[in-house]
Amino acid sequence: MADLTIDLRNGLKLKNPVMTASGTFGYGEEYEDFFDISQLGGIIVKGTTGSRREGNPYPRMTETPKGMLNAVGLQNKGVDHFVKEIYPRIKDYATNILVNVSGSTVDEYEDVARKINELENIPGIELNISCPNVKEGGMAFGTSCPSAVAVINAVRKVYDKHIMVKLSPNVTNVAEIAHAVEGEGADSVSLINTLLGMAIDAETRKPLLSTITGGLSGPAVKPVALRMVWQVSQVVKIPVVGLGGIMNADDAIEFMLAGASAIQIGTANFIDPLVSVKVIKGIEDYCERHDVKAVRELTGAMITE
Amino acid sequence: MKKYIDDFVVVENRRLNHEYVILTLQLDRELPEILPGQFAEVKVENGPDTFLRRPISIHDADYDKMQIKLMVQEIGEGTRIMGGLQKGDSLNLVYPLGSSFSEPDTDDVLLVGGGCGVAPLLYLGRRLKQKGITPKFLLGAGNRNGLVAIEEYEKVGEVNVTTEDGSAGTKGYVIHHPLMKTDKPAYGHVYTCGPEPMMKVVARFAQKHNIKCEVSLENKMACGIGACLCCVTDTQDGRVCTCTDGPVFDSTYLKWQI
Ligand SMILES: Cc1cc2nc3c(=O)[nH]c(=O)nc-3n(C[C@H](O)[C@H](O)[C@H](O)COP(=O)(O)OP(=O)(O)OC[C@H]3O[C@@H](n4cnc5c(N)ncnc54)[C@H](O)[C@@H]3O)c2cc1C
Ligand SMILES: Cc1cc2nc3c(=O)[nH]c(=O)nc-3n(C[C@H](O)[C@H](O)[C@H](O)COP(=O)(O)O)c2cc1C
Ligand code: FES
Repeated sequence: MADLTIDLRNGLKLKNPVMTASGTFGYGEEYEDFFDISQLGGIIVKGTTGSRREGNPYPRMTETPKGMLNAVGLQNKGVDHFVKEIYPRIKDYATNILVNVSGSTVDEYEDVARKINELENIPGIELNISCPNVKEGGMAFGTSCPSAVAVINAVRKVYDKHIMVKLSPNVTNVAEIAHAVEGEGADSVSLINTLLGMAIDAETRKPLLSTITGGLSGPAVKPVALRMVWQVSQVVKIPVVGLGGIMNADDAIEFMLAGASAIQIGTANFIDPLVSVKVIKGIEDYCERHDVKAVRELTGAMITE
Repeated sequence: MKKYIDDFVVVENRRLNHEYVILTLQLDRELPEILPGQFAEVKVENGPDTFLRRPISIHDADYDKMQIKLMVQEIGEGTRIMGGLQKGDSLNLVYPLGSSFSEPDTDDVLLVGGGCGVAPLLYLGRRLKQKGITPKFLLGAGNRNGLVAIEEYEKVGEVNVTTEDGSAGTKGYVIHHPLMKTDKPAYGHVYTCGPEPMMKVVARFAQKHNIKCEVSLENKMACGIGACLCCVTDTQDGRVCTCTDGPVFDSTYLKWQI
C-alpha cells in the first residue's frame, strides 16, 4: 500500500491528503453517523469569529448548474462558545481539527487566534481572508496584499502553531497574494474559497439570495480552482492545499498534480456524505495502479512536455 | 436520532394525477425508527441540471414490509425525475432527518394540509391512530383533481376538504372551512404543513384560540443535516436550521408576522 501521509510542516501531519472544507462539514459531528471521521486527514470546522454572528437572512442558498451559491455569512456562536462548548466535544477525534478563523478587523482575527492557540488538540488554524459573504472584513482582507499582510502579521505574533491561509479567487493575481502571505510566515495556503456570483429568478425578477450576490462552489468552479492552485504552487515554497469542486478521487489527484500537497472536499459532502472516505480509497487505488509509492510524489507531477 | 444513507428500490410508482405520484420504496433490511414529520434527502440521478439532493417528507412507513412512501409533486427537474422512476429503479436516501410532530396532550387534533404539504400528515395520522386518537384532517387544493390519495387519509381519520373552485368540499381555502370558522374549535392541537400563507392563517387562528400549533417548513436545503447553515429560519432564539431544529416548529417559536 502506498504511503498516504502528508507533512504540511509546523506540526500539521496528515494521515492522508483528504480534509473536509470549512462550512461544509459542520463540526464533524454531523457526519459521525455515516462513517468513522477519524479516517480523514483533517477537518476544517466552521468559520469562527470573535463574537456571535447570525449570518445573512434566508434565502442563503440556491442551486446553479453543477454547483451552488451560498450566502451563509459566517453564522456561528463566537470563539468563546467554541472553546467552552464545542471543543470539549470534538477534541478527541483522532484526526486534525483545524479552526477556520474569520473577522471584521485585524484585532478580531488576532483575538480569535489567541484563544484557539490555547487549545491543545487543535494543531492549526485556517485563516479565512476570503469570505465573500460578509459586509466588512472577510474577503476584503484577502483581495489586496497590504491587508492580507496585516492580518497574517498580527496573527503570526499570537499564534505559534500551523497557520493555513485561505485565499480568495476573486482577485486579479492570486499568486501575488500567495507570495505576500508566505512572506509573513504563513505555513501553508489553501485555495480556493468561493467565487463571487449571483442568480436571478426571471419569473419573479427577484434575486435568489437575500444578499443578491453569494459564493459559488461545486464542480462549476473546479477549472478555475485548478488553474489557481497551479499558479500559486509555481511561486510559493510552502505547501498548497487545493479545493474547489472536488467530487471524486480523480478530481483530487488532478489538484495534486497541479501542485497541491493536500486537498479539501466541500460541497460534495452535501451530495454524498461518504464522499471523503471514497476519495481516500480512490487515491489509494490510483497509487496502486500507477505504482506510486508515496502519495506526496504526486504533488506538482503534471507532465507538460 | 441516528441518520442513515441507504439505497432503496422502487417497488411501485403510483400516479395520482398530472403532477403527483406516490413512490413505494423497499429497503433490504429493517427500517430504522422514523418519526412523523421527518424527511429524507433524496439523490436525484442523471439530471442534466440537478446537483443537490432534494428534501422530501416521509409520507408513510411500514415496518413489517420494510417500506417507506414518498409523495412527490413534480414542480421542477428533480421532482420530475423522481416522478418518472420505474419499478426496480434504485433511489439513495439520507434519512430520517429533522424534528418531528410532537405527541398531543389531547385526543382532539386537527391536521391541516395543502399542496404537497399533505404528505407528512398521513404518517402522522397513522401514528396518532395507533395511539387510539382519531385525527381530523382538513385538506385543501385548487380543485377536486388536486385532492390526492384521499382514500388513504380516510383509512386513518375523518377527512374534510376544501377546494378553491368548490368542485369538492367547502369552496375556498382551508380557513373558510367550518372547522376553522368556529369560535369554539373542537380540537386542542393543530398540525399543519403546506404553503406558508396557509400555515400562517392556521397559526393565527390557533394562537387566537390558544391552541398549540405545529407547522412544518419547506426551506431550501443543501445538506439536510445541519452542516451548511443554508436553511435557516428566524426564531425566538435567533436563526436556526430548518433541517435539524425543524422542519417542525411550534408556531409561536417562529418570528412570523401573523
Ligand atoms: C422538509 C421538506 C419536506 C418536503 N417534502 C416534500 C414532499 O413530501 N413532497 C414534495 O413533493 N415536495 C416536498 N418538499 C419540497 C421539495 O423539496 C421541492 O419541491 C424540491 O426540492 C424541488 O426540486 P425540483 O428539482 O423539482 O425543482 P427546482 O427546479 O429545484 O425548483 C422548482 C421551483 O421550486 C422552488 N423550490 C425548490 N426547492 C424548494 C423547497 N425546498 N421549498 C419550496 N420551494 C422550492 C424553486 O425555487 C423553483 O421555483 C419538501 C421540502 C422540504 C424542505
Ligand atoms: C455552505 C457553505 C459554507 C461555507 N462556509 C465557509 C466558511 O465558513 N469559511 C470558509 O473559509 N469557507 C467556507 N466555504 C467555502 C468552502 O470551504 C470551499 O472553499 C468552497 O466551497 C469551494 O470548495 P467546494 O467546491 O469543494 O465546495 C463555504 C462553502 C459553502 C458551500
Ligand atoms: S440544509 Fe444544511 S444546515 Fe440545513
